[in-house]
Amino acid sequence: MEQTEDIKFTNAKKASIDDPVEVKHRATVSREDRSTVGEIRVDSPRMSCTDVNVYYSGQRAIKDINLDIGNNEIIAMIGPSGCGKTTFLRCLNRMNDTIKGCEVTGSIMMDDYEINSREIDVVPLRAQVGMVFQKPNPFPKSIWENIAFGPRIHGLAQDKTELEEIVVTSLQKAGLWDEVKDRLDQPGTGLSGGQQQRLCIARTIAVNPEVILMDEPCSALDPIATAVVEDLMDQLRENFSIAIVTHSMQQAARVSQRTAYFHLGDLIEVGITEEVFTKPKHQLTEDYITGRFG
Amino acid sequence: MSKKASSYDDFFASRPRTIDLVKKGLAKRRAREKRFQLYGKLAIILGLIFLLTLFTSIVGNGYTAFMQTYVKLDISLDVDALAIDDPDNIQQLSTANYGGAVKAALRTMFPEVKSRSDKRALYSLISTGATYQLRDRVIRQPELIGQSITVWVPAADDLDMLMKGKIDRDVVQADRRMKDNQLVWVDKLISEERIKKRFNTGFFTSGDSRDPELAGIRGAVMGSLLTLIVTLALSFPIGVAAAVYLEEFAPQNKLTDVIEVNINNLAAVPSIVFGLLGLAVFINFFGMPRSAPVVGGLVLTLMTLPTIIIASRAALKSVPPSIREAALGIGASPMQTIIYHVLPLAMPGMLTGTIIGMAQALGESAPLLMIGMVAFIVDVPGNIFDPATVLPVQIYLWADSPERAFVERTSAAIMILLAFLITMNALAVILRKRFERRW
Repeated sequence: MEQTEDIKFTNAKKASIDDPVEVKHRATVSREDRSTVGEIRVDSPRMSCTDVNVYYSGQRAIKDINLDIGNNEIIAMIGPSGCGKTTFLRCLNRMNDTIKGCEVTGSIMMDDYEINSREIDVVPLRAQVGMVFQKPNPFPKSIWENIAFGPRIHGLAQDKTELEEIVVTSLQKAGLWDEVKDRLDQPGTGLSGGQQQRLCIARTIAVNPEVILMDEPCSALDPIATAVVEDLMDQLRENFSIAIVTHSMQQAARVSQRTAYFHLGDLIEVGITEEVFTKPKHQLTEDYITGRFG
Repeated sequence: MSKKASSYDDFFASRPRTIDLVKKGLAKRRAREKRFQLYGKLAIILGLIFLLTLFTSIVGNGYTAFMQTYVKLDISLDVDALAIDDPDNIQQLSTANYGGAVKAALRTMFPEVKSRSDKRALYSLISTGATYQLRDRVIRQPELIGQSITVWVPAADDLDMLMKGKIDRDVVQADRRMKDNQLVWVDKLISEERIKKRFNTGFFTSGDSRDPELAGIRGAVMGSLLTLIVTLALSFPIGVAAAVYLEEFAPQNKLTDVIEVNINNLAAVPSIVFGLLGLAVFINFFGMPRSAPVVGGLVLTLMTLPTIIIASRAALKSVPPSIREAALGIGASPMQTIIYHVLPLAMPGMLTGTIIGMAQALGESAPLLMIGMVAFIVDVPGNIFDPATVLPVQIYLWADSPERAFVERTSAAIMILLAFLITMNALAVILRKRFERRW
């Protein structure tokens, strides 16, 4: 997959975050201001959201979010619990449709078409925008079936050998192949937590989507499994755009190129990860990343 | 509240040690615990006692029905006795006087019996089934005409009861089904070893009859089987389809609320009402055949549908939403999600519900009385449009019959019904195990 790297981001991974975040710079925007600070737009975005609102049974959960998701970037969404990061993420492949009483307004553009519209069929959209969930949720079927399901329903493989190729490649990309190659016929639910999550990632990339949404993919994993998944995300960035919701600021700093900070339904600040963590412009962002929030 | 608890330490220091208080009440607590368990055990024991009583009474009454008394007769099949002139004519063979031949055989055995009433008493020892048995044999082997053959023919119900010890010889003659002279003949037959008990194959191969010794369960078993096939074939797909639609697709509005409430109400409607509905709609309006398993199946479908729908919806609800999200998240359509992931997980629960519904349907008699399945039907039904009856109705019919020999048959029919039920449940367990292991 040939994709031009039109945005150059500093690889935040190099900015070691093992040292506690040190903010020397003083934020300039006051706590009361809820308009978004920072660069919400990028050149030739993969997805572009304008004035996105989500209501749960009439209750406004996120407010007028404007945000672009660039090509070949990992964008991290951070913020305190209940701030609307997951809600926003689920708008991007219309998973909010499955929640009763949930209404999404605003515009989400992808490839010049509006995905937040009744006329759009969510099936091709979700094939294009895959999702990895917070809790590993493999199908209670064999490892093989878990991976093969997506390609099969979308008709991605002409024959058995092609399907096998897809399954093997997906498992290899997810770094799971060596661990499971001898037991592809065994249930995916029998794997360990970290393996299950990588299986779910393999399942998602087997469909070869263009954007991958990850909703706290490492929250149930130990540090070693987390490191494996993070390495994987870094590799996946070459081919995919990734939007990740995380509670761990360290993780956001390690893996992402851009970071978006959400606060009580507002998008407070967006920017290049290193800048957000070292020179936050908004007081609320500074409070959060320095641990003063609350 | 004058003294504010100055400090945490003071307050708790002034109190007795927790462990002392706990120990004080411990014996009482343990006793209460024991009593609580005891109630449960008592309930189980009580249930088992009832079950045991039921089984011993049914088996004790019914096991004799699986044996049948037969009498050995030497029958001479000569052309004159049978009143035929052409042994090759099938028409004549089937209308020949076999009853006469049986009676003649009895008369030769007991030449001392002369009076009309005594003769009638003698003939009544042998079942009328002997005549049909003889006819079938002669039609099968016409070369027997003109010969003398020895056959075992079924005894009449009174003789059968006597042999099974259910008629007391010490009771005064007036109150006894078997009269003194009959007892003498029976004793003679016994001493000549002309009476024996054999396994009652007829009970499993023939339909109903007015004569208990000829009555069999096959008609009712086939009737139940055909009715249940119709019920299963209709109620499972309809029930599952309704449950899937209501649970997965239906919008939440007034209409679906009304439907939901009505399904729950239907589950509580007395079954006889469904029978009346079936009579009015299927028989009177659509003109379907009376007493037929197809109508019975339709009525029982109406009755079991709510059970299946409610159980299936519960099974669908219990499928974790994460599985649905996982499938939808990689772009499966709702139908693909349901077919490949939700249904296989919900299937064990759905099957359980279906089997409960089927077991209910198998034991149901009231609605079937309404649509004429209570009729006396001798022929074993061959398809779903033939008149038939079902096991519970057969039990009801036999329990209602005055002959002593129907008592054991009633119990035997109950045993067959229970065996049917146990087989169905076993099948359900096997199916469920298979579906559960499919991952």
